[in-house]
Amino acid sequence: MIKMDKMSAGAGSLDAGYDWDRLVQEDRVSRQIYTDPVIFAAEMTKIFGAVWVYIAHESQIPNNDNFVRSRLGLRPIIVTRDSSGRVRALYNRCTHRGATICRQDSGSAKGFTCPYHGWAYSNNGKLSGVPWPDGYADDALDGDKFNLAQVARVDSYRGFIFATLNADAPSLDDYLGGVKQPIDEWLDRQPGGKVAVCNANRLKFDGNWKLAYDNAADGYHVVFSHRSLLAMENRMAEDKGMTYYKENPDGAPMYVRYFGNGHHFKDKRPNMEVRPGAMWEIESLHPGMEHVEEDFRRRHGDRANELLDLASSEPVNINVFPNLMLLGNHIQVVQPLSVSETDTTWWGTAVIDVDGDIGDDLEAINALRMRTQEGFPNFGEVDDLMNFEQIQAGLAAAEDEWVYMHRGLGLEEGRITVDEGGVITGPATDEVFMRETMKVYKRLMSDDPAIGITRDPDAGDG
Amino acid sequence: MNHDPSKTSHYVDAGFYEKLIADFGGWQSDAAEQSDVGLRDSCRRFLEKEARFLDQGRNAEWLGLFAPECLYWVPASLDGGDPRREVAVSFDDRRRMEDRVFRLDTDHAWSQQPVSRTARLVSNVTVYATDAADDVFMVRSNFLTTEFQAGDKRIYTGWYGHQLRRLGNSNGESWQILVKQVNLIDCDQNLRNPSIVL
Ligand code: FES
Ligand SMILES: [Fe+2]
Repeated sequence: MIKMDKMSAGAGSLDAGYDWDRLVQEDRVSRQIYTDPVIFAAEMTKIFGAVWVYIAHESQIPNNDNFVRSRLGLRPIIVTRDSSGRVRALYNRCTHRGATICRQDSGSAKGFTCPYHGWAYSNNGKLSGVPWPDGYADDALDGDKFNLAQVARVDSYRGFIFATLNADAPSLDDYLGGVKQPIDEWLDRQPGGKVAVCNANRLKFDGNWKLAYDNAADGYHVVFSHRSLLAMENRMAEDKGMTYYKENPDGAPMYVRYFGNGHHFKDKRPNMEVRPGAMWEIESLHPGMEHVEEDFRRRHGDRANELLDLASSEPVNINVFPNLMLLGNHIQVVQPLSVSETDTTWWGTAVIDVDGDIGDDLEAINALRMRTQEGFPNFGEVDDLMNFEQIQAGLAAAEDEWVYMHRGLGLEEGRITVDEGGVITGPATDEVFMRETMKVYKRLMSDDPAIGITRDPDAGDG
Repeated sequence: MNHDPSKTSHYVDAGFYEKLIADFGGWQSDAAEQSDVGLRDSCRRFLEKEARFLDQGRNAEWLGLFAPECLYWVPASLDGGDPRREVAVSFDDRRRMEDRVFRLDTDHAWSQQPVSRTARLVSNVTVYATDAADDVFMVRSNFLTTEFQAGDKRIYTGWYGHQLRRLGNSNGESWQILVKQVNLIDCDQNLRNPSIVL
């Protein structure tokens, strides 16, 4: 058992008296879950403290002593690979009077010194010194009490680092469950099954974080919300981008899938043929594209298709509850800031030439891959975010309570399939994934998880 | 081979990136600063015209200020970064600039419904000579763009780096934009609805 300073979620008392059976129903949810600051405060513990939350990618801290700042819900944390190589999530919060001790986004450091009164900590969280210790009574600084708080359970799956404050949470592996398969496929199309995170396309919106998560596998909105993007992508070419949503998206081979624990997946790959170059063919037009294609085809013949696919965005949305989305080549992180403010940060990824068989073409592939990644945040996501903001605005209407997600509910058998493991698959515009996620949300919000921190650098093991 | 850069993108190649990074590194030296008042005024008036076109929604005319093979670049890192390894806020070649304008003109770009009202201030204009050619200058200016949309006022601020080519003619000067680099002071932060041309 991990030694942890246990405490009740605390938020339990805040939202006591909320009737979750009323707020979250089979076909609809109350506006209140998007607008109520008390519910938001409870979510920061009952969700962002109680389940595995994505905090960073290993490629951001490749070497010992590397760190990157992040958040666990609203908690400021430092994700560091300590001097012994162990990945930790330290609270960026001085144990003296509470100031943040690290104010740099990323870097390399063996320890952190608080700018306020100079308390110093090693990068494993241990208090390493305080100025003029003779000003404290003999045993006043003994023990673990003044080490940094840290998350006892930090674990990673193929480069993605997660943390949870919940001693009773399942293993990360069990938590991810079925969504590991699309994550594996997303990685395994890259050389060596790896990507390197670079910088990010950074956006924010004035709306609740769940609006972004609800939308993550929504195939219903595409032709309407992205009407201008579809028109733009096809002004000079045909069948580019998300054209397969036009006409009859529910009749198309793509599907939406729900894995449990709030994880879902919209898989648009079945709309393409299975062969090298198919992804490249539907890629919309980007800076440098024709040059790279002609150059690769001339020099590489058939192999050009494989290389061009590496610069193309994969038509999938892989959504790991509550805050991680893989789409195209991006690692998108949803970061709640307040009940009505959210950051969506689209980390770019680059190809790594793990096996050394890309050679000199790596730079051209990655340059083009940067350009393909810039496309959607510029011409698609901004329209989504405006719609999320306008939902938040619409939800100001207190008496008009319900937000519906019943598309597909009650229709004929066979539209939705459920396999023996409980994985649900439905047509692209069905809202079944949202309804299932809301069931998980309701269960989590009705629970009182045993969350806590540790100050013992040797505790925990993920 | 001749390619129409509005239709196909051939010019954004390895050499283009290399030259871009070289041209946009270390150009602001005191030695290269131009003291000619007429030159500065000519550049300043050109930048003001560009800002005016954007404020007035004259997007097609704005595109007309650029060379056929051009770049509109909003880096996501403070020093401009290396666009071969980093995503930018925007990195538009000629075709993508036309895409951008096309999309805004569809009336279905919801991020621009209602269309933002903007007022751009451009100042602190400094002109620098370049090693490359007598008719190519780098111009640094500060900008402050105030945007009003749906009851909300927002600002974008920072500095522009314009790479301009002088098109000499008998009645004074006119200019063509080769590269417009937009350096937001918060380029590496999360931005709310960055859907206007900056
Ligand atoms: S608050 Fe950090 S040393 Fe006082
Ligand atoms: Fe969307």
